[in-house]
Amino acid sequence: MERDNHQEGEADGVKICGPTSDGNPPGKSCQRSPYLDQVTRPEAEKTENFECQNSVSGQQSTRGPEDATHDNDQSDSGEFVVTMLAKAKLEEQGIGVEGRSSPLLEAGTLESPALASHRDEDVTADSWRQHRKHVFVLSEAGKPIYSRYGSEEALSSTMGVMMALVSFVQSGDNIIRSVYSEEHTVVFLQKGPLVLVCVSSSRQSERQLRGELLYVYYQIISMLTQASISRIFEHKKNYDLRRLLAGSEKILDGLLNLVDSDPSFLLAAVHCLPLASSLRDSLSQILQKAITPNLVFSILIAKNQLLTIVQEKTVIEDTRLEPADVHLLLNLIGASSAFQAGEIWTPICLPLFNPDCYFYAYISYLDPPECTVCLLLLSTDKEAFYAVAECKRKIEEAMVAQNSLNLIAKVQPYSVSQVGVSDLRHFMYKPFDVPDNFRQLTQFTSPEMEAPYSNEEEKMRLLDLYRYMHSRIHSTSRPLKLIYHVAERETLLAWVTSKFELYTCFSPLVTKACAINAITKLLRWIKKEEDRLFIRYPPKYSTTPNPSKTSRGGKSDQQDSTDNGFLSLL
Amino acid sequence: MGEQLPSVPGRAQLHSDTLNRPVQTLRVKMVLLGSSGVGKSSLALRFVKNEFRSTSPTIGCAYLTRVVHLSNVSLRFEIWDTAGQEKFHSVTPLYYRGAHAVLLVYDISKRKTFVRAQLWLRELEKHYIPGSTVIWLVGNKEDLAQNRQVSVQEGERLASDRGLFFMETSALSGDQISELLLAVAHRVYECLGTQQGGLSEWEEYPFIDLHHRDTSNPFSSCCKVGP
Repeated sequence: MERDNHQEGEADGVKICGPTSDGNPPGKSCQRSPYLDQVTRPEAEKTENFECQNSVSGQQSTRGPEDATHDNDQSDSGEFVVTMLAKAKLEEQGIGVEGRSSPLLEAGTLESPALASHRDEDVTADSWRQHRKHVFVLSEAGKPIYSRYGSEEALSSTMGVMMALVSFVQSGDNIIRSVYSEEHTVVFLQKGPLVLVCVSSSRQSERQLRGELLYVYYQIISMLTQASISRIFEHKKNYDLRRLLAGSEKILDGLLNLVDSDPSFLLAAVHCLPLASSLRDSLSQILQKAITPNLVFSILIAKNQLLTIVQEKTVIEDTRLEPADVHLLLNLIGASSAFQAGEIWTPICLPLFNPDCYFYAYISYLDPPECTVCLLLLSTDKEAFYAVAECKRKIEEAMVAQNSLNLIAKVQPYSVSQVGVSDLRHFMYKPFDVPDNFRQLTQFTSPEMEAPYSNEEEKMRLLDLYRYMHSRIHSTSRPLKLIYHVAERETLLAWVTSKFELYTCFSPLVTKACAINAITKLLRWIKKEEDRLFIRYPPKYSTTPNPSKTSRGGKSDQQDSTDNGFLSLL
Repeated sequence: MGEQLPSVPGRAQLHSDTLNRPVQTLRVKMVLLGSSGVGKSSLALRFVKNEFRSTSPTIGCAYLTRVVHLSNVSLRFEIWDTAGQEKFHSVTPLYYRGAHAVLLVYDISKRKTFVRAQLWLRELEKHYIPGSTVIWLVGNKEDLAQNRQVSVQEGERLASDRGLFFMETSALSGDQISELLLAVAHRVYECLGTQQGGLSEWEEYPFIDLHHRDTSNPFSSCCKVGP
């Protein structure tokens, strides 16, 4: 039902391009603050007074009252913006169908039909407007950098309008955060010299959308580093950053598809493959033994999920590895089929670890030609390729000796039926740090999505429900601890405590008492299976010749030698 | 070719008593340079697997190997397939430093890539010592001859002006691919193989060997062009 709503909604949204701001639906009165107040007050939380959720209420539509009020009280300003954006699009009709023509990438993009079709989309067509979620990246000078659909050239005046909005609000010493129209939420995020904009009809909360924009920003940083981006724009305000991102659109496209389909991003936690702890330990030991100076992380991945991760001792004492950095690495691995051809050696920045310096990533599949098991080794030494490749050889040898690849191939995601709780269809469980595993990577566990959520559309519908529950739990104006939500085709229960965050999905006929009883059982089961479901104690090794707490300082030396190259490009 | 009884040059005779290796195997570092989308990865894939697949833009650099047997020696090509994207240009010297062979690739149907190849060449000339690196100018996508923007003569002229070797190939059809690799192999061996310190020997078990190398610069060990 939620899904249907969206599509219907988008169809309405398209009409907006004419000046058809006809009538606000009746019976939805709200605070009517002036346009700027609503759009720009950075900290002003909207419509708190209308937030009247019974946390444990019975029947209720999938769209909470919170959404309804937002949509309508701000429709005027929203329509205004959407109309403006639509007008800008019409002006571009002439260049609408032209593909991108940046000299460096025309040939590169031709080869992949899927990629080409997104890029060549006619931005004046209805189908373009009906995309569920648009993402745009532009520079402060209003230069287009990235668009999820359609070519940036064709969208340059649309992005110009976006920049105009940003600077207009900025001139009043304020920051534009979001614009709501009946069907769309427009979220703005400014990071350094970059402006990121999301136009979404997905009904996600502003906060979730902003989080997704942040992932896009981090992915860009992971390729270029924050320091070099600021330096570039300091030297030349109207620099065309697409020169440097050419060929990386696919990585950003891939990220946005993952963000839509993988709850790891929503939960800001890493999903690891369930594995008998003995097997996981043996894999960790293999990684622990294959080391070389300046190696900082060894990561083993299968089916795009973590098998194990081993970390350098002193580095990890300094700082922890953030789930977002791991997500970016996994996306990088997934986005390039070229990885399957050989061994990869590439500079990569982990933005949350240190946004200004590069690691050097060695990436290789261990089971060609299937290419499901991937080894990722991160070093701080750009010259270390041969030494790191040698580590891979040792790892490969040890894995052959222990028959690890065959054991890994047998590993499956688990089924919710293993929990043995009737009516429970799916869940996501994210434990929080407890003192004894502080420094640990935030993880979550979740069974495979099975019928009735086996097709893409239904999966998305369940994820949308989870996103809705998540937005209620994490609402800035009125956070909730427990929600029992009866939707049309299922019942959901979300619960957050100081120890965990849990989202569960039950069949629609479950009773409240039943659901609560089921959750008790589920928690007991997770406790029992903990060793299999999570990487409990990420193992460590020591590779720095002189262990000291200055590992960060040491790395910053390398930063200079690697990213000053960009300046020569200006 | 492997069947021919090799006339083993001096150094290799030391190893000829190890059963598996009647011929000497030398390491050749070969780098593919050129604009994004000219087909560097496709060439590399042809060299290594003789396959053609449409590829995504390379990230950083892909490392592949292929052994080529000449009549009296085997060359183990360590192929560095670099990313053509500009964001990686600052790190590209890392990959081409100390290369024995460089393939400078352009797309015959895109003049821009030919111009770009000349920029690469200028960049390269800052770093290499003549006689230590064999450079080939490679006009790829010969199958797109009907959209040709760079004539064969132009390619040849540039090559002869700058002392490069020249060939046109098609990674798509596989045309001239093995010829190119073989020609490079012969030329590299001719120019560098007999030189003192020209090519280093490939150790089947580079375990200990590498261990020593780790302490020094791993790149300088296989080549005479230092940083």
